[in-house]
Amino acid sequence: MPSGRVLIDEERCKGCGLCIAACPQKVLAFSGKINRSGYNYVHMEHPEKCVGCAFCAMTCPDVAIEVYREKVAA
Amino acid sequence: MPVNTENMVKVFGRPESLTDARFTYCPGCHHGILTRIIAKAIDELGIAERTVTIAPVGCSVFAYLWYKCDAVQASHGRASAVATGLKRANKDLIVISYQGDGDFASIGTAESIHAANRGENITVIFVNNQIYGMTGGEMAPTTLVGQRTTTTPDGRDPAYFGYPIRFSELIATLDAPVYVTRQALYDTRRIMDAEKAIKKAISYQVEGKGYSLVEVLSTCPTNWHMSPLEANRHVAEVVTEAFPLGDLVDRGG
Amino acid sequence: MGERKLMRGNEVIAEAAIRAGCECYFAYPITPQAELLEHMARNMPRLGRTFVQAESEIGAINMLYGAAAAGVRAMTSSSSPGISLKQEGISYIAGSNLPAVIVNIMRGGPGLGDIAPAQGDYFQATKGGGHGDYRMIVLGPSTVPEAGELTILAFDLADKYRVPVMILADGMLGQMMEPVELPDPVDPATLPKKDWALTGAKGRDPNIILSFDLDPEVLKQMNLVLQEKYRKIEDNEARYEEYQTDDADIVIAAYGTVARIAKTVVRRARAEGIKLGLFRPITLWPFPYEPLRELASRVKTVLTVEMSAGQMWEDVRLAVAERAETPFYGEMGGVVTTPKKILSEVRKYAR
Repeated sequence: MPSGRVLIDEERCKGCGLCIAACPQKVLAFSGKINRSGYNYVHMEHPEKCVGCAFCAMTCPDVAIEVYREKVAA
Repeated sequence: MPVNTENMVKVFGRPESLTDARFTYCPGCHHGILTRIIAKAIDELGIAERTVTIAPVGCSVFAYLWYKCDAVQASHGRASAVATGLKRANKDLIVISYQGDGDFASIGTAESIHAANRGENITVIFVNNQIYGMTGGEMAPTTLVGQRTTTTPDGRDPAYFGYPIRFSELIATLDAPVYVTRQALYDTRRIMDAEKAIKKAISYQVEGKGYSLVEVLSTCPTNWHMSPLEANRHVAEVVTEAFPLGDLVDRGG
Repeated sequence: MGERKLMRGNEVIAEAAIRAGCECYFAYPITPQAELLEHMARNMPRLGRTFVQAESEIGAINMLYGAAAAGVRAMTSSSSPGISLKQEGISYIAGSNLPAVIVNIMRGGPGLGDIAPAQGDYFQATKGGGHGDYRMIVLGPSTVPEAGELTILAFDLADKYRVPVMILADGMLGQMMEPVELPDPVDPATLPKKDWALTGAKGRDPNIILSFDLDPEVLKQMNLVLQEKYRKIEDNEARYEEYQTDDADIVIAAYGTVARIAKTVVRRARAEGIKLGLFRPITLWPFPYEPLRELASRVKTVLTVEMSAGQMWEDVRLAVAERAETPFYGEMGGVVTTPKKILSEVRKYAR
């Protein structure tokens, strides 16, 4: 499995939780912290499990997630 | 804690044709997913510099803020007529009309049907969330039988209020439309299908093939009084029973 | 040079629009303006221009909004009940600072009324039939050739100020035939470019056309921009005609078809020794208050004559105030007044 990372724009996140449900690897969780708009934003609870599938970003209604994947050696 | 992305490649980012503006929608609302999908299609087709989007009345009235494209705001229900005027005036424009269920299937019924029947070479994105979101959750033409809204407090009784209207099926009876489809966004598979459908609809316009309608079943967690996740499940299990997914017409191939 | 032809008012307006470079025309059939629609149907497509018979007047006005936003010269036409349906769209066009031309060939009202000539839509046209603080330039032709000239002026003023402009005529003018000299056509490609238009955001920031902002302070500023434009129009664009007013004791104030009839009355009254003149507003908005005020200070009576219950009469009284007496005579329901009837009214004030 390739390893992945997600970058979550904490200020864009509205804490709807759709990404948490969409993640097949259970990487994401509510951070328990509140952003400037008053939302409990999402963070990577288990970054080591991320495979960079981008399901979270695809589901995010606020386009708050960027997804990165480890470069695979040619 | 900052996330280290060194030596990594970006596989998913913000579409180029989206502005930096933050969406004004409620948490979990599908409008945002749909907006990203449209921007992605604009990027992939390389048409941002000739696209005009039409913002309707309702929660998506601010749609003119989301794309790095020219835009016009239309009066309630008239977006398909405005699209007709734009496209007839300049056939090089790619005209994308974004309309909700109250807009497209109630107050704009005449404009919606006749733009489709003339085969206007435009793309209409029809967002069906079965409710009037911005005005406070009133009954929409698409509100399900039994569904409680602020104007059907005891649930929609079809003997009194009529049945939910399947507008895409109506449009599909016409000879002119090239593509009529119903999509949803409640999981990643549906999102990927919707991406394909929207790209196809816009590409038909680019190719001059004619009128496309993409109905998208959407959620309104706020006025449905559900969590975003419950709303997704409701679409998957209940709404798709009344509004089946899939292509109704595809004459573009 | 232009060519001379015998034409109907409705056709002259249509042909003048084509010659002014109108590229898109949208309308729904209604009597008594059908010949306008039919002239456009015959001629726009062969010129490679757009003619769409819309599903309704609401459809047509919103197509006009779209075409105007795209930056082309565009027009719609209708008659009274149809114009009522267009009001929301006219408000949007005004609020969005778009140039567009709207023709109203008035008929009798209210409601379905009849299909005979009337002037009952003056309030709707000049005071804003739609919602919000907006104005529309309103031009009132009184002859068939003037209908053509004012149509061309309508497109020029619409573009100059980015406002909707209405041609307010009636069924009599629409149906009447007179010889006209048509101007040479304008090539739309030679018209000044509109840098605000929706042409695709290529090499520039997106252009956005709207009449909307949720912030009251911002919307107030948008309104102030409109109001400033309206003051400029009031200062520069009021047009009128005075006929035999130099020595007049009595003046008829009338526009459109009635003004044309009133000219005959002026000649007949003078043959009887009554010093009668005519004041004819050509722009109904902006109304020529100042010239009428000046004239009123030199006469005894300003008699307003309309085919309505007295709508322009209110503007006449605003202009005249206490400077002269301001009686009214009108017909309604599509009854066209006659020189004889007007003359007998005039005699009441001649002593």
